[in-house]
Parts: sequence; C-alpha cells; structure tokens
Amino acid sequence: MLTIANKTFNSRLFTGTGKFSSANVMEEALLASGSELVTVALKRVDMNDPQDDILRHLQHQHINLLPNTSGVRTAKEAVFAAQLAREALQTNWLKLEIHPDPKYLMPDAVETLKATEELVKLGFVVLPYIHADPVLCKRLEEAGAAAVMPLGSPIGSNKGLKTIDFLEIIIEQSKVPVVVDAGIGSPSDAAKALEIGADAVLVNTAIAVAGQPVQMAAAFKIAVEAGRMAYEARLAKPLNTAVASSPLTAFLDEASMEKISL
Amino acid sequence: MDSFIDVFNRYNWNEVKERIYSKTAVDVEAALGRQSRSLDDFMALISPAAAAYLEPMAQLSQQLTRQRFGKTIQLYVPMYLSNECNNICTYCGFSLDNKVRRRTLTATEIVQEATAIKSMGYEHVLLVTGEANHTVHVPYFKNAINLLRNHFAHISMEVQPLDEEDYRELTREGLHTVLVYQETYHREDYKKHHPKGKKSNFQYRIETPDRLGRAGVHKIGLGILIGLEDWRTDSFFTALHLNYLERTYWQTKYSISFPRLRPFSGGLEPKVEMVDRELVQLVCAWRIFNQEVELSLSTREHPRFRDHIMQLGITSISAGSKTNPGGYAVEPESLEQFEIADERSPAEMARVISSIGYEPVWKDWDGALQK
Repeated sequence: MLTIANKTFNSRLFTGTGKFSSANVMEEALLASGSELVTVALKRVDMNDPQDDILRHLQHQHINLLPNTSGVRTAKEAVFAAQLAREALQTNWLKLEIHPDPKYLMPDAVETLKATEELVKLGFVVLPYIHADPVLCKRLEEAGAAAVMPLGSPIGSNKGLKTIDFLEIIIEQSKVPVVVDAGIGSPSDAAKALEIGADAVLVNTAIAVAGQPVQMAAAFKIAVEAGRMAYEARLAKPLNTAVASSPLTAFLDEASMEKISL
Repeated sequence: MDSFIDVFNRYNWNEVKERIYSKTAVDVEAALGRQSRSLDDFMALISPAAAAYLEPMAQLSQQLTRQRFGKTIQLYVPMYLSNECNNICTYCGFSLDNKVRRRTLTATEIVQEATAIKSMGYEHVLLVTGEANHTVHVPYFKNAINLLRNHFAHISMEVQPLDEEDYRELTREGLHTVLVYQETYHREDYKKHHPKGKKSNFQYRIETPDRLGRAGVHKIGLGILIGLEDWRTDSFFTALHLNYLERTYWQTKYSISFPRLRPFSGGLEPKVEMVDRELVQLVCAWRIFNQEVELSLSTREHPRFRDHIMQLGITSISAGSKTNPGGYAVEPESLEQFEIADERSPAEMARVISSIGYEPVWKDWDGALQK
C-alpha cells in the first residue's frame, strides 16, 4: 500500500481529467482505472458551482481530488490559486504546477521551490510537478513536499521515460514517494516506471486520447499492478558478460607456483 | 527597442511569394515526413504543390491536434462594445466613411449584454470595438473589464492597438488575451486598405504583439484578413511573426485566426478569393507546423464547413455571435459589422460538437490564476 501524507492508496495509478471527449467517457475511464487520486485543473472547473460538469462526474467514494494550478506562471499566483481551491474544493492537497512556458509546459524549478516552501507553511499537502532533477527533488523534500512528481518526458508527449537515468537517481535518494508524472505514453511505460521503483505514476493523455479510453484505462491499471509486483519480487539484474574465465585475477592462483620457482 | 520589424525588414514580399510558388511535391513530402517543421517546410505546406496532399495533411493535422488538445473544442463569444471608429478601412462595416448609426455601450448596457451572454452558457468573452480614442479609451476598457470580470472566467479584447503600459494596466484588471490582426503584411497594400486614421500606421500595428509580450499579456492572437492579398504569402509572414514571438516572449500563449473577408453593406469584394479547400489546407499546414498554437474559427464560416474543419485542427470557435454593439439584448436590430454565416445558437453548436464526439469546453481559465 502506498501512503502519501496521511492517506493510503490501493492504486498506484493516478489520473487526470483533461482531453476526454465527454465527461461521461472521463468518468467511465477513471472508474476502469481504479484510480483513487484524480487531478483537476482549476481553470477547467467552476469552483463555486457544486453542479460543475467535471466535479459532478468525480463524486465517488474512492476518488480523492487533487486540484492543480496549471496556468499560473509564478509562485505568487500559485499560492493565491491554491488557497481559493482549498476553500472551494475542501481539500488541502495540491498538485503544484508552475510552467510559465506554454509550449512544452516545462516546470519552473525556482518558482516551484518557492511556492512549495510557502504552501507547506500554509498547511497544504504539496505534490510538485518538476523536471527529473535529483537535487531539486531533495530540496523539495526538505521544504516539506509530500511527494515529488518528476516528469518522464514533456506533458502530453507520450514519449515515455526519456529521463529514466535521472528518475533512478531520484528514486534511490528520495525519502518521500516518487510519482512519475507526464510523458507516460503506454502501459509498458507505466510498468517500467513501477519496476524501477517509482511509487506511482500519473497518466492522462495516453488514456484520454486513446481510441478506446475506457479499455486503455483498464490496461494501465493492470500494467501498474504488474510493474509494482515485479519490483517487489526483485528483478534479476541483467548482466553484460558471462563470468567464465578471469584473465585479470588468475595470477593470484598462480602465486604459489612462483614461490616454487624461486 | 528590438521588435519584429527588424526581422520583417530582412524579407521581401515578392521573393517570399516566389519561393512559396516554386515549392514542389518533393518539398511537401519532405515536410510531411519530418518530426518538426521549419519555416521553409511551412512554405511547402501552404504552397500550391501541397494541394495534392490535402487528405494526408488533414489526417496528420487531426492526429496532432488530438494529441495536444484532446477531443475538445473551446467556445467563446464576441461582445461588441462600440462601433465608433475614426479609421477608414476599405473592408469594414464600421469604417468612418460608412454611414451607420454609431453606438458605444454604457455601463448599464454592458451589464445587460453580459447577462444575456451569460445565460447562453459562455465563460469566455471577447470584447470588440472600433478605434475611437476620445471615447473608447483605456479608462473605458478598464471599467468594462471591471464590470465583467466577476461574470466571466476569461476576458479577451480585440480593440485598437494600445501602449505597453496600457496593456500592463488592463492585465492587472483581469484582461487575459489580446487579438490584434495585422490584416496584411504587404506594406503598400496595407496603406491602400487603411488610408486614414491611426490604423494606417503599419509599424505601430506590426509592433503591437511586442508591446503585448513585454506587458505580460497571457495570450496573443495573430491573423490576417484573408482576401486582401495573396493568402499564402501573408500566412508565411504570420508564421514568421509567431516564430519570432514564441522565442522572444516565451511565457506567452498564442492563437491564430482565419477570418475570410465577408460581405457588408457597401463593402469591398475580395481581391484574392480563397476557396474552402484552400482554407482546409491552411489550417492543416498551421497545425503540422506548430502543435501548440490555438487555431480559432468564427461564425464567418458556413455550418457544414465548420462542422468538418472543427475536427481537422481548429481548437476554438464562436457561436451565436452578434457583430453589432448591443446585439444580444440592448438593440438586436442595429447594423452588424459583417454578416455571419453560421447562425446556430450556442446550445445547438454544443450539441453538434458532442455529436461528432468532442467535448464542448466553456471554461478553460479562472480569474484566480492571474491574481
């Protein structure tokens, strides 16, 4: 079981709510995914309307909302938006997204660290979206982030785990859960992330834009379970060469021969 | 100060046109085969040679759009605040020399219009005016934004070009997006179509997106008025402009619009006709060139065309638009800026969007994100 802050999750698949062809398809897909943590862009919902079309479709016992700040460009804007979200949506959980570059939506490390420090002080459970930067992850951990969410590749790119070498370092060093967010394009990418020890993944585009989003959500559910199971079973390490002879150390066994010849 | 004009001046209209028209099937195929496309590839995609590749272009464009935007279409609506104008523009119903009754909405009337628009479901509103700097000025805009910002999630503006400081001030009040179309990048032709008024200053207009970028406006809309000049050459310059802006003002979002010259009472006939097939080519070329830019289409286009092109690269549309100040509630019968071609209501349009398997998105911004 995965624990973040004070919550435990049976599912290690977190999901998003964007890009679906309708709110009904979204709801069905999220149910098929088994996801218990679902991120919602503040800009897409009417926070003051309990009948909001997206929020209405997320009202299930097992689904926890994770509001995100997509659209803000600075720490200051993020902190303001977070406070409104907390009040309106009745949750202190926050996916902190500060990507001032609207083209590739690359996260701003400086502003994200600043906002995390501030938001933790204000009592938020902060899950920051960031580049796969090991040092930044440690800094965020020290600032009180509840988890870190490094990217696999640019948001919505479906390019998979381009940052895998850095993700491995982050996973090795982290004391808080590591959620691989962004870029996961297929169930095999998700399985891979879990196999290398990520605590969870967040998937949106690959499900929403699939030919059959509901079926794809179910496929991700299985892949995430398989990846985690494989991680727990401890993968046998692949080896590059066989170990038949020891040309560099054989001399040690020949040492006694030398003595004799003396 | 550095601006796009320095880049623009390095290009010659006729040479660019010549380059576009000499593109061949080989260039088009190369452009389609690449991972990312240069300005030179864009030339190939908008060239006559690409006409033979319309179907593969449409398929690629659809796929790239869905990847980035999902199966969604955003809805916005224009609110005309004023038709007072001191410019003479050969193609526009609000032109100074056009004898129509002029009207600028009062605060009470703005709220009346807002209520009518709101009841149609809109959260994204586009404020439109002519250019009458003595009455429809920054304080007027400021007041309008203040009246509207609690009613709408997203406020855009398509009005006369302003100074950098003005944009900064209006953004603080809650303005999100500014649309400013160059109309044409052909300097001499621009002069011909804008013989009188502040708008005849080509350089001030072409440098407006620079002022917007420096002021930190969230989104900038570019476009040309299709029909004034050769649309292929004008579109290349728009792409050149966007390319420059994306690199310079990297925190800003961008959108492109495709207004085709529409008839109005006593108006200009298009110099260069663009047929539907060519508009499809242009929209697809844009998407294949740039996956992130928003592509917007107004009610100038007829219903059947809109229903199809919405699935080929367009990401935002208007519906149920009135192009006269007070058109929704205050004075529905006054003269419009141009005739719209798609008269379906927003509710009807939303049903159409759902029926083709897309989600109509009414809200994609929140005033809380820019405080």
